[in-house]
Amino acid sequence: MGRIAPLGPAADPVGNTGYAYRATPAMSVRHSLLALLAEEPRHGYGLKAQFERSTAGTWPLNVGQVYTTLARLERDGLAEPTDPDGDASGARQSWRITDLGREALGRWFEEPVALDPPARDELAIKVLLAIAADAESVGPILVRQRAAALERMAELTRHKAKADPMRELPWVLVLDALLLKLEAEVRWLDLVAARLAARGQR
Amino acid sequence: MSAPILRMEAVERHYESAGQRIRVLGPVDLELARGEFVAIMGPSGAGKSTLLGLAGALDRPDGGAVFLDGQKLWGLRGDELAALRRRKVGYVFQDLNLVEGLTALENTRLPLELDGLARRKADPVALAALERVGLGELAHRFPEELSGGERQRVAIARAFVGPRELLLADEPTGALDSLAGETVMRHLRTACDGGKSALLVTHDARHAAWADRVLHLVDGRFAHDNASVGGR
Repeated sequence: MGRIAPLGPAADPVGNTGYAYRATPAMSVRHSLLALLAEEPRHGYGLKAQFERSTAGTWPLNVGQVYTTLARLERDGLAEPTDPDGDASGARQSWRITDLGREALGRWFEEPVALDPPARDELAIKVLLAIAADAESVGPILVRQRAAALERMAELTRHKAKADPMRELPWVLVLDALLLKLEAEVRWLDLVAARLAARGQR
Repeated sequence: MSAPILRMEAVERHYESAGQRIRVLGPVDLELARGEFVAIMGPSGAGKSTLLGLAGALDRPDGGAVFLDGQKLWGLRGDELAALRRRKVGYVFQDLNLVEGLTALENTRLPLELDGLARRKADPVALAALERVGLGELAHRFPEELSGGERQRVAIARAFVGPRELLLADEPTGALDSLAGETVMRHLRTACDGGKSALLVTHDARHAAWADRVLHLVDGRFAHDNASVGGR
């Protein structure tokens, strides 16, 4: 599992990896808990623990968040307590998915995740505005950003070098995802430089 | 402190084209310590492969000097230069690295035989080199019986076989899928952690990220972002 110290100011103050995904919690915690309940009924704490194991600690949940989400799933008819007479907020209460919940989960898995359009990306905005102001000034921005991305990639790769891809599959997959995103950034920066150079030669 | 395995001082390379002298590289300085793994990135035509050829004494610079294990190249006699190159440096290219009619072991043994070592003595050395890249069990397979990634690992084993210390690699993962490419990088990293040195030319930032340093070559010069990315 990812048990590394927080890395720099970007580290999530409550997390333990520093690699927390910025996801929309309302969107994904619900479906993630449904996915775990689809395997078998679980208690609140068991859901938290299994969620963190499956996602290699990239997204720490607090138990309060788990219970709030379970209450909403119950309200929407997607999950229910296995003991209807028990205390729904109690630690000993276990939860199971409903048929409606399975349908919702199926739709979630079937739908491709919508990616942020690049125009909303801070780096893209910064580069586009710098080009608009003065194309000549963009070079240093590209160089610094490229170096920062490569440095981050080297750091993630050192974690990957130490990880066992067999025993620590979720953690390695998280590292792969982060590395590929950074690689895309580096390639985009190279393409910006190449296009600016091609324009300058005309 | 021993000499760096590779040192390039104000190295330049020009080509003549239609009576014009065109600079393709330099002047560049580069030093590679023992146990260091350096990646070189940069757009096509930036001079990456030219740099690699000069580092490995395959090509002669028009200016500056190259030192291999403390010895200045091109001041040596031809046979001395060839011997130094053969004993110190191994090359890995994108493909066509192995002799098709020879097994993995025979391919790996080849540089040792050129050193004049008897087969009986060369075999265990070559086998140990193959074992270090996880291919001990495939030693008697022919290249056509190996996957692309396995062939590149044989090429790494051969480049580092015996006393050879410096590996020069030009896009060695260019034809491999992500996982096979990563495995090649893992073995290169392990070899360098064990004291060997490598200079890698690559377009792939994910593979460059296995190196201690990434240098960015643009128009024949290192860009001023020659940031050290390694913490090793």
